[in-house]
Amino acid sequence: MLDEETPVIYGLEFQARALAAQLAETEAVRFYVGTQSLKFDNQVHRLELDEENNMIKREVFHHGDGEIWHISASPTDKNVISTVYNHISPEKSCTKHTAVWRTSDEMNPTTEIRNLKLLTKLNTSSMGDDIKCTHFHPTEENKLLTVVDGTFAIWDLNAAGGSCDATTKGAIEGKGQPKFSTAKWNPHQGKSHVATANDMFIRGWDTRTNQEAWLIESAHNQLVRDIDFNPNKQYFLASCGDDGNSKFWDIRKTKVPVVTRADHSHWVWCVRFNHFHDQLVLTSSTDSRVILLSAASISSEPFGHIVEEESANEDKPVPLKDGVLALYEEHEDSVYAVEWSSGDPWTFASLSYDGRLIINQVPKSEKYKLLL
Amino acid sequence: MGERSSEAAAMDLDAHNFNSELYIQTVLKKCTLREVMEKEAHIIRDTQTLHSDMQTLVYENYNKFISASDTIKKMTSDFKEMEAEMDLLAANMNSIANFSDQISTTLHDTRQKLTQLSSVHTTLQKVQFLFRLPHTLKQNKEEGSLSLAVQNYTRALGTLKIYSHNVSFSSIHKECDEIMEGVKDQLFGQLSSKQATPKELGECVELLLSLGEPAPVLCLKFLQHASERQNEQLQGMEEHLRVGDQDVIEFLDVGSNDFLSDICLNVATYNELFAKKCQIEEGDDPSALLDNFVHEAMDKYLQLVKRKVEDEQAPGTEATVLVRALDRFYRRLQAASTLLPGPNYSKYGMEVVVQAGHRQSQTHLKNMQAHFVELLSNVRQTLAAPKLSLTVEEEKRNPSSSNLPELLNTLVAGSVDKIKSCLQDLKLFLQSDLTFSLKQVFRSKFCCSVREGFVVAFIKFLMDTATGFCVPQTPPTLLLLLSKMCLEMESSTVNFLLSQTDEEFCVEDSAKGTTRLVLCKQLHESAQKLLDYFVRTQGLNLSQMLRKSVETRDWLSTPEPRTVRAVMKRVVEDVAAIEVQVGSLYEQGIQQERSSDSSRRTQRKRTNWYAPSQIDSTLASNLQKLFSERIEIFSCVDFSTVSIMTGIIKISLKTLLECVRLRTFGKFGLQQIQVDTHYLQMYLWRFVENENLVHFLLDEILGSTVHRCLDPVLMEPSVVEMICERG
Repeated sequence: MLDEETPVIYGLEFQARALAAQLAETEAVRFYVGTQSLKFDNQVHRLELDEENNMIKREVFHHGDGEIWHISASPTDKNVISTVYNHISPEKSCTKHTAVWRTSDEMNPTTEIRNLKLLTKLNTSSMGDDIKCTHFHPTEENKLLTVVDGTFAIWDLNAAGGSCDATTKGAIEGKGQPKFSTAKWNPHQGKSHVATANDMFIRGWDTRTNQEAWLIESAHNQLVRDIDFNPNKQYFLASCGDDGNSKFWDIRKTKVPVVTRADHSHWVWCVRFNHFHDQLVLTSSTDSRVILLSAASISSEPFGHIVEEESANEDKPVPLKDGVLALYEEHEDSVYAVEWSSGDPWTFASLSYDGRLIINQVPKSEKYKLLL
Repeated sequence: MGERSSEAAAMDLDAHNFNSELYIQTVLKKCTLREVMEKEAHIIRDTQTLHSDMQTLVYENYNKFISASDTIKKMTSDFKEMEAEMDLLAANMNSIANFSDQISTTLHDTRQKLTQLSSVHTTLQKVQFLFRLPHTLKQNKEEGSLSLAVQNYTRALGTLKIYSHNVSFSSIHKECDEIMEGVKDQLFGQLSSKQATPKELGECVELLLSLGEPAPVLCLKFLQHASERQNEQLQGMEEHLRVGDQDVIEFLDVGSNDFLSDICLNVATYNELFAKKCQIEEGDDPSALLDNFVHEAMDKYLQLVKRKVEDEQAPGTEATVLVRALDRFYRRLQAASTLLPGPNYSKYGMEVVVQAGHRQSQTHLKNMQAHFVELLSNVRQTLAAPKLSLTVEEEKRNPSSSNLPELLNTLVAGSVDKIKSCLQDLKLFLQSDLTFSLKQVFRSKFCCSVREGFVVAFIKFLMDTATGFCVPQTPPTLLLLLSKMCLEMESSTVNFLLSQTDEEFCVEDSAKGTTRLVLCKQLHESAQKLLDYFVRTQGLNLSQMLRKSVETRDWLSTPEPRTVRAVMKRVVEDVAAIEVQVGSLYEQGIQQERSSDSSRRTQRKRTNWYAPSQIDSTLASNLQKLFSERIEIFSCVDFSTVSIMTGIIKISLKTLLECVRLRTFGKFGLQQIQVDTHYLQMYLWRFVENENLVHFLLDEILGSTVHRCLDPVLMEPSVVEMICERG
């Protein structure tokens, strides 16, 4: 059995900032990582944690089209991923693209580097240059969301083969050509809503009408880097940004955050709710730290809910309080991404710019507090 | 000498230890014949004289003895005569006793008759008194001397009752009773009249009691009347309270005089009248009734006093008058409470005083808070003002920061002075001539409320207010100022204030309250929090500028660099301005290995290390990391200028690094960054604790840029230097 206090470290040869959990996989702990190099051929690594030997098994795919800025995995098909990448032409000009790829079948312990099969290239040329991310719809396998500059687009892969055009588009208007920094599907409200972030604002959109549903003005003092919906409790949203804060919002009351945390000392790049125990929240920052937060006060699991009658007589486990549960300092460079595993609710991976991937676990003591 | 004297004594004829042998020898030895002859003749003469003297003495004594024996003989014959005379006397005395007996028996009858006659006389007098009683009573009643009437009536009552079977007596009895009913009515009338003083009341009730009126009814009547009177007084006081035409001393004085003395008198009278007599009776316990009465009245009284005292304690009023008034109040109450039954009212009085003390410290706390907020808003205005009047340039030359120490002083000294004057005012409560100030109960509670409720609470308020400014809208200068203020408070002011308070208010158990250490620690934490927030705010401000400058440029198609970008100059200028500000409040601090110009040149060489080899920069930077000590980028800030500046610069440069990593650069883009970083290196090293840190971060920036560059060709270092020196 894996010693939970010891992290497993995997080093990539290149710098990297794209990380995704293989969402369709619910047994094994698996992650996709995309590299970022301007000079060498880029790769997608599929990594599996071998808990028996405390090692990482890997599979490598060529991603020759350019450096990967964002990667996401299909929630239904284990072998389908999407990437946002920067393509450099021989004339030394850069263009960003986004595409859906198929990897090979099941984990294969070969060491040879295989190729990805291009499924669809999403046509963003009409929308702008700077593609930030492409996300699969949480349940519908053929739906995707992409943000480009000040536009978000929704794709339906079924509608057309090969190169495909957006079925829906929405855009913000404002002074100085505002650009989205990220976007997310809202897993609630019929899964037809998305949320976007631009500068200091977070907006909710209804994709059926492409109208703004709600708006959080000055969510952060500076740029909002990432947002994440609580997967189990609707209306609740986490955000993080360049002011070093992580904030939790109830999107029905957008004036003030429900909880504000300032645990990092520089930009917070990523925030993620645990899908099973949503009081556990991970944040990663350019201060090279990953922090495991408890947001128990706004969790979908109310205090004492899990405490049964019998255990009430025994030493009652103290319900989790809000605050920092654990601080992970194994990284030496900025940590741009952190993801929970879809296979094991207590495991997560974090990726720093120097190509170091670290798989960590929730500390045992905190785990028991939640389970008992 | 002794020998000689004994020798002389032996020679003395009259001496006790005369030695005849020795004498003769000596005489024979020493004297001439003639002298010896003379001496012999002399001694013979002497011997003869002595002889004749002796004879005379013997004769005289013999004569005396003979005459004495004669006298004794005569005495024996005289005593015989005397015995006979004594026998005669005894016989005479016996006969006298017999005569006397005879006389007394003869007089006995006469005496008895006399006694009888006198008793008949007394009875007759009594009967006469009885027959005249109705008349006397009427007369008494008419004259208004009711007490006399009652006295007469009670005297006669016993007799009348005994002889009530006799018609004439019972009619007298009836008549008397009728009259006495009238008297009673009058007495009751007096009892319920409002003008009656407690003393008169007492007399009335005493008379009624002796007339056999039931005590409980009288108890009630008495108390009812007393409480009416007291209520009237209380209403009078309330009226004064409402109108506010008396100052607190007068109010409490009048109240104490009238109300307390009356209630004491009432209680004393009541006790005298009822307590002893009625204890045996059933029904209402008279002392319980009294307790109720006193309790009610005192309750109302204390309420009124409390209200008056509260009125008096409007914010800003001094305690001098109040303290005097409270002293008088407490003194009176203490005296009165020994006379009053039921609970100890001086305890309640003490409560009023303690509350007044507490409220006074609360009032001062509020004053202080308002004062501090005012000071603070003044400071904020001063901070904001120069920026309006001065242009940016002027401000830089003559920075508004020069008055920061002054402002700090206004804040700290202003607060401390005010606190001192408040403490002075509060000290009035402890003057030794005040009765209540000597009580331990008061002292401990009051001192506690001064220490915890005023001094400590204010310091806490100050901290809360200060840390409350840790919000994005606060001007950074204010953050800096407040941080320094907390630090100043921690280092000296708190110690001073607390020790002064403890000393002046003799707080003995200061350990029980908030300790100095805890308070200092909290202040230190507040200062740290504010300072960290300051660093963060300033760092983020610079970051914002840097981020915008990197984000908005197209680095792939930028032209060849000719100058340092304006934003870098701006950053350096801002950093310098911030340093002036910070430096005016904080110590410089220690800079590690502040190197000379020449060593900076060697540093620069390290920067250019990428250029010649053109090896993979990941490897290069990793190698470099291996060799250079790992630098903790986000360590805590100390309270020194260099540490603060280091914090700000670290955040800014880290931001620049992050921004660079998000972009892709062309050849000239890289060279522009090279120029910019060199410029920063030239100017920023002087602000920081450890210049290696700046070098490290700038190297990282350049390294990352090289990494993000499609065509990584660096500029000639000499050209870079030239551009930078040209400005």
